Amino acid sequence: MSLSTQSLSPNLPPDTQREMLRRMLTIRRFEERASDDYRAGKIYGVVHCYIGEEAVAVGVCSALDRGDRIISTHRGHGHCIAKGADLNRMMAELYGRQTGYCKGKGGSMHIADFGIGMLGANGIVAGGIAIVTGAGLAAQMEGKGGVAVSFFGDGASNAGPFHECLNIAATWKLPMLYVCENNMYAAQTPAAATHALSDVAARAAGYGIPGVVVDGNDIFAVYQAANRAVDRARSGDGPTLIECKTYRWRAHTERRGQPDLRDPAEVEMWKSRDPIAQLEHQLREQGYLDDTELQAVERDIMGAIEAAVTFAEASPFPSPEQATDDVFAA
Amino acid sequence: MRELTYNEAAVEAVAEEMRRDPKIFYMSTDPIGPLLREFGAERVRATPITEAALTGMAIGAAGSGFRPIVDWRQVTFCFVAMDQIVNQAAKIHYMFGGQVSFPILYRAAVGGGGQVAAQHSQSPYSMFMNVAGLRMFLPSTPHDIKGLMKTAIRDNNPVISFESSRLMTRKGPVPDEDYTIPLGQADIKREGSDVTVVALAWLVHEALAAAEELAQEGILVEVVDPRTLVPLDAQTIRTSVQKTGRLVIADEAGPTAGFSAEIAAVVTEDGATFAQLKAPVKRVCALQVPIPYSPVLENHVFPDRQRIITGIREVLHGRRSTAAA
Ligand SMILES: Cc1ncc(C[n+]2csc(CCOP(=O)(O)OP(=O)(O)O)c2C)c(N)n1
Ligand SMILES: [Mg+2]
Repeated sequence: MSLSTQSLSPNLPPDTQREMLRRMLTIRRFEERASDDYRAGKIYGVVHCYIGEEAVAVGVCSALDRGDRIISTHRGHGHCIAKGADLNRMMAELYGRQTGYCKGKGGSMHIADFGIGMLGANGIVAGGIAIVTGAGLAAQMEGKGGVAVSFFGDGASNAGPFHECLNIAATWKLPMLYVCENNMYAAQTPAAATHALSDVAARAAGYGIPGVVVDGNDIFAVYQAANRAVDRARSGDGPTLIECKTYRWRAHTERRGQPDLRDPAEVEMWKSRDPIAQLEHQLREQGYLDDTELQAVERDIMGAIEAAVTFAEASPFPSPEQATDDVFAA
Repeated sequence: MRELTYNEAAVEAVAEEMRRDPKIFYMSTDPIGPLLREFGAERVRATPITEAALTGMAIGAAGSGFRPIVDWRQVTFCFVAMDQIVNQAAKIHYMFGGQVSFPILYRAAVGGGGQVAAQHSQSPYSMFMNVAGLRMFLPSTPHDIKGLMKTAIRDNNPVISFESSRLMTRKGPVPDEDYTIPLGQADIKREGSDVTVVALAWLVHEALAAAEELAQEGILVEVVDPRTLVPLDAQTIRTSVQKTGRLVIADEAGPTAGFSAEIAAVVTEDGATFAQLKAPVKRVCALQVPIPYSPVLENHVFPDRQRIITGIREVLHGRRSTAAA
């Protein structure tokens, strides 16, 4: 992977590039805090961290408009933040509070913000792929040039909905991006043990659509691929499968005592390819960022996260009786 | 006697049966370490996340002479395989006139209490009880899970082992020697003459705690654990209710068309038992909602020993049973 800014930075305005950095850093700091608070018993259930994969969500969402729709997985904080979700309501949801995005009914695995086109994290592997393909169908029927994006893992790419949806989206030329976050593992199982081909993207050929492999830790590579796919989708040419090769730094979940069977040297190798450090390096090379600016960004983010925690802690728990609300729409 | 956890007892049952019968093999998305180490990757397979295919492949392998075990892990993950479960596994023996048998064990963790929200917490066994052609059990102790699972693995039908998430790490005595427990045999976990509580899994323990508390007041509670859901041991339940004249049913699932409804029907449709009832039947179930995340909400949804005690008092005082709570 070349670090030459010439070949990688797609002539994006400096503000856009700095915004990409800010979002990636926000995801990382948010999850570091969520993980600490989970260990402290303030966040319940199960938390899956996206740390190490931030360039995928931010790279893809940077190519979208506000009205475009995305769907996420069990590892959903990154997609929420990349699409512009409110940190206060996210943190309050993790804290199980009434002011959370789902009024405390969902938790980490189920944050959604339909107002910004974020159709939800999902606890069922591959559970979101058909739903967001339906959003793609809706965008096509609306005829306003909207697109929809399915984020899913390498593990999910082996489940039926992936194949069924790629076929129907290709056949109907739906304005879709299928973004596979190939972090090389599904829980403890290496992708190599469950995929006959090393590239998920190669499966696109079977459905007659473009399949591209990108370095998922290089935000510009992700952004460029997403941009091309968005153009194609908006012009009515149908879906694209984008496979982002990436890696999660942490264990599958934050649960204590959980096995992590991965080779520590492999983890270290991927940490040395930190997507955030790479972007930071490129911004500095272009003269778009210096220490003072970076510190200011960090301070802003830490302030926002601290504020989110304060908001969550000050928010009431739902009242027990609210358990029966929202089973049906009014 | 030595003690094992519920989960250890289940794994021990599988291991013993796999040692005994080389036709048994195991498939799950993340294999169980001790099984993998002992039996190797050929017999303990790490699979892609494709429960629909695994569920169906088990049927084909079983019809071809093997005895597969498919571990769905959370029961909610098997919903992607509903066609294979309901249309295929349950019907294939009957529909093809019983030509060959399909010995399969499906394993699934059920229940809540872990704040893992609606897609990882559910007790949907009555959905499966409603399908003819499937056997299933839901034990409450390490002893019972081991004995029932060994029987299920030897059974020549698809059997679902529902396993309580809340009980996984709970310890209990398990004999060293080989034993099995037949399907379709309830167990009276505590004898009493005033009221019968039929409870499942974790709620067996809550019912026992309730019985202990009420014993201080001289109220004698009988706790019946059906253990097997299909085939159901209706006789043991009826006999108990004939003795006590009062019935409370405690279930971690919601009441609607549930296990608790089946028990109520089994008791009240039997003339001899109905004649002995001194009070309306009381159900103590979860609220009829998807399971919420926040502990405040989740705790409110599930029944516990307090609600069982309230239910018992209600049937003892012969008050009219209000809607299931
Ligand atoms: C249908 C289903 N089966 C199994 C699981 C348990 N599970 C949760 S995440 C996961 C691994 C997912 O791997 P991948 O799609 O690669 O996503 P990643 O966790 O690597 O981001 C598994 C097996 C589930 N949630 N849903
Ligand atoms: Mg993965």
